[in-house]
Amino acid sequence: MSGAPANGGRHLLSVGDLGAEGIEEVLRVADAFVEVGRRPIPKVPALRGRTVVTLFAEESTRTRLSFETAARRLSADVLSFSVERSSVKKGESLRDTVETVAAMGVDAMVVRHPAAGAPHQVARWVDAAVINAGDGWHEHPTQALLDCYTIRQVLAERAGLDLSSCGTECFGGLRVAVVGDIRHSRVARSGVWALAALGARVTLVAPGSLLPSSLEGWPLDGVSHDLDAVLGAVDVCYLLRLQIERGAGAFLPSLREYSAGYGLTARRAALLAEHALVMHPGPMNRGIEIADDVADLPRSLVLRQVRNGVAVRMAVLFLLLGSGTAAADAGELIGAAGE
Amino acid sequence: MSEPALTVLVRGGTVVDELGERRADVLVRGGAVVEVDNALDAPSGATVLDAGGCLVSPGLVDIHVHLRQPGMEEAETVESGSRAAALGGFTAVLAMPNTDPPVDSAAVAGEVLSLGASALCRVSVAGAITVGRAGERLAPMGELAALGVRVFTDDGAGVQDAGVMRRALEYARGLGVTLAQHCELSSLADGGLMHEGEWSSRLGVPGVPAEAEELMVARDVALARLTGARVHFLHLSTAGSAALVAQAKQEGLAVSAEVTPHHLTLTDAELESYDPLYKVNPPLRRAADVSALRAGCAAGTIDAVASDHAPHPPEAKETTLEAAAPGMLGLETALAVTMGALTDGTGMSARDVLALMSWRPARVAGMAAEHGGDQGGPIQPGAAANLCVFDPAREWEVDPARLASRSRNTPWAGRTLRGRVRHTIYRGEPVVIDGAAQR
Repeated sequence: MSGAPANGGRHLLSVGDLGAEGIEEVLRVADAFVEVGRRPIPKVPALRGRTVVTLFAEESTRTRLSFETAARRLSADVLSFSVERSSVKKGESLRDTVETVAAMGVDAMVVRHPAAGAPHQVARWVDAAVINAGDGWHEHPTQALLDCYTIRQVLAERAGLDLSSCGTECFGGLRVAVVGDIRHSRVARSGVWALAALGARVTLVAPGSLLPSSLEGWPLDGVSHDLDAVLGAVDVCYLLRLQIERGAGAFLPSLREYSAGYGLTARRAALLAEHALVMHPGPMNRGIEIADDVADLPRSLVLRQVRNGVAVRMAVLFLLLGSGTAAADAGELIGAAGE
Repeated sequence: MSEPALTVLVRGGTVVDELGERRADVLVRGGAVVEVDNALDAPSGATVLDAGGCLVSPGLVDIHVHLRQPGMEEAETVESGSRAAALGGFTAVLAMPNTDPPVDSAAVAGEVLSLGASALCRVSVAGAITVGRAGERLAPMGELAALGVRVFTDDGAGVQDAGVMRRALEYARGLGVTLAQHCELSSLADGGLMHEGEWSSRLGVPGVPAEAEELMVARDVALARLTGARVHFLHLSTAGSAALVAQAKQEGLAVSAEVTPHHLTLTDAELESYDPLYKVNPPLRRAADVSALRAGCAAGTIDAVASDHAPHPPEAKETTLEAAAPGMLGLETALAVTMGALTDGTGMSARDVLALMSWRPARVAGMAAEHGGDQGGPIQPGAAANLCVFDPAREWEVDPARLASRSRNTPWAGRTLRGRVRHTIYRGEPVVIDGAAQR
C-alpha cells in the first residue's frame, strides 16, 4: 500500500503500517467495492488465481466469514484453517503449522490469534502477505478501517455528498468517545490510532481498571471516568465489547456496576446530541455495554459496520495482492466485472 | 584437571586485577601463576600466547547461568555451557538450580558437580531454597552446603511467602551461606510478558510492573535487617531496585546485587517487533532504568554483572511472545556487551568492569581466595592460573550458528560487538586460544 512505510506495504499488521494516506486509500478503494456488493452478482475477477487462507487460532465466525466473503467476491481461492482444531492440538509448533500452510502456495494469510504479535511472527516466516485479523489485545486493523469507512459513509450521506468526491476531511475535529474495556481491546488499539491519524479527537471513557497501565504516546484528546459528562459533546459514541469470557469481570466489582457507570442506557442515549452516532464492533452484550433499545435505534450503525466490513476487506486484499496499488486500477477491474 | 607439567607464557599484555594495572608477561606452570614480570623468557616447551594489545585479567566469574543439565540437555549441557563460558573468558560459573529435577537434593547437586569436574571452567552449583522450588518447605540446605554449595536460590521464581523466606534466611545464617532472590511478586507480575509501561500498553501485551520487583527487593531488605542474614539480589532490572539496594548498603546490611548485560543495554522498545528473543525475565525495562543500573555499577551499588545465560531450543522461541520461553544467551557476549555499556559515559574504566565480572562476583559466590577458592585473582605468583585475555579493540559479528552453546537465542545475532576474548586459561590449561575452544 502506498502509504505503508513500516513493512514495505507487504502486510497489514497494524494501522500504523498505513498512516493517514494509506487509510484514505483503503477507504477510496472500498467505495468501489461497496458498489460491487449491490450488484445482482457481487463478484469481480480481480484476484482470480490467487489464494487466500484464513488461519484462525481463535474462534470468530463473523470476522472469518467477512474475510472469506471478501476474498470470494474478488474471485480468489479460499482456504480455511482452524489452528486450534487441527495441528496445534497434535503438538505442532505455530511455525511448523504456518510453514505447512504456506507450502500449499498461498498469496495471503489472514491471521487471527489470541496472542498479541502472532501475525508479526507469521510475517517473518512466510512470503505471503499477512493480514492481522485480530491479535490478542493488540490490534484489529480491518475493524478500524471499516469503522472509519462507516463514519465517512454516513457523514457523506447526511451532507448529501457523493462518496467518490469525499476524502477524509469529515474526520477533522470529529469528537469520538471510545467507551469501555480499553485495556483488553484490540479494537481500541487500532481504532484510536486510525481515527486520530485522520484528524478525529478521541476521548477514552472507562473505569481505571479497564484503562491500559500507560497512555503515554496515545493520540488522545482526553480520558474520562464520567460517561454522562462526555456524551453531550461527542459526534460518535463507540462502545467496546466487555470481554466477559476473557475475565474482564475480574477488573470490575460487578457487571451491574459497570453497566450503571458505563453502559449506554436509554437515559444516557438521550444525553447524546441529535446527530451523534452509536457504534459497536460486535458481538454486543445487550444490557451490559449497550441497552437493548439503544442498540436498535436508527443512530446505531452496528449492522452497517458489518455490511461495510466485506467491502473494506476486499479493498485491503485487493491493495495487498492486486497488480496495481492505485484506486484507478480497482475502477478498471471492477468495470470488467460484467463478463 | 590440567596436566601438571603444562607451561604457558602469556606475553605482551597488560595485567589488570585488583592490585592495579601493569604491563607484564605471565608465566603459568602446573596450574599456578609462577611469575609476573616484564619480558619473561619462554621456558622450553612452553606454549606462548600472544597478548599484544590485550588485557590480562583474572578469569571472569559468572554467578548466574542456566546450564540446563539435568533435564533439558537439548538446550544446553554442563559441557557445552562451560565451553561457551570459556569462550566468553569465564573460568567459573554458578549454575542455577532450576533444572529438571531441580537442585534441591544432594544427589542432583552431586550430579552437576561431577559433570563439572571435566568441564572447561569451574562449575559451581546453587541449591534451591525450597523443595521443588515450590516456595513452601525448606530444601536440605545443610546437606547441600556440606557438598560446597555456597548460594541458594529458587531462581526462575522468587520465594513468595515472606514467612518462608524469613525461616530460610535464619537457617542460612547458621550455615554461612548466601540466599539469592529472584525478585518478582507473582501476584503483580501475573501473566506479564514484558515491562509494563508505554510499550506494553501500545502493543497490547500483558506487562510486569517495575513494582513487582521492587516490592520484593524492599521486603527482602527488611528481612535481611530482621535476620542479619546475607541476601544477594539476582538480575536487578529497575532504577527503584538499585535505589533500594543502595539504601540498604548505606545502612550496613549484608546485601549484594547483580545486573545482566542485557539490562544494561536493551530496553522494552525492542519488543515492538514482538520477537521472542527479547522476552526475558525480569523483562527489559525503560531507558531510564538502563541509565540507573549503569549508574549503580559506577557507584558501587551493584556488585556483579552476571549473564543469566538462559539457553532455549529454537521451538521455544519460534512461537508467539506469549508462548515463548523467557531468557537469552549471554556467556559468549557478556564481556563485550558490558564493556560497551559501562565504559560509555559512566566514567568507568575497563578495570572497573573487570572487577564487576571477576573478583567482586567471586566474593559474592564464595569462590575468592579469601574463601579458600581459586577465582578472581589477583594475578601473582602462587595464585591459581585462571586468566582471561581480552582484546578490547577487536570487533566481531555475532553469528548464532557459531556459538558454542547448544542454543541460538542471542539478542545480539547479526550485531557487531567491540572487544573479544582471545585466550582463556583455566587452572593452567589454555582452554581457549585465539578465540577457539581447545576441547
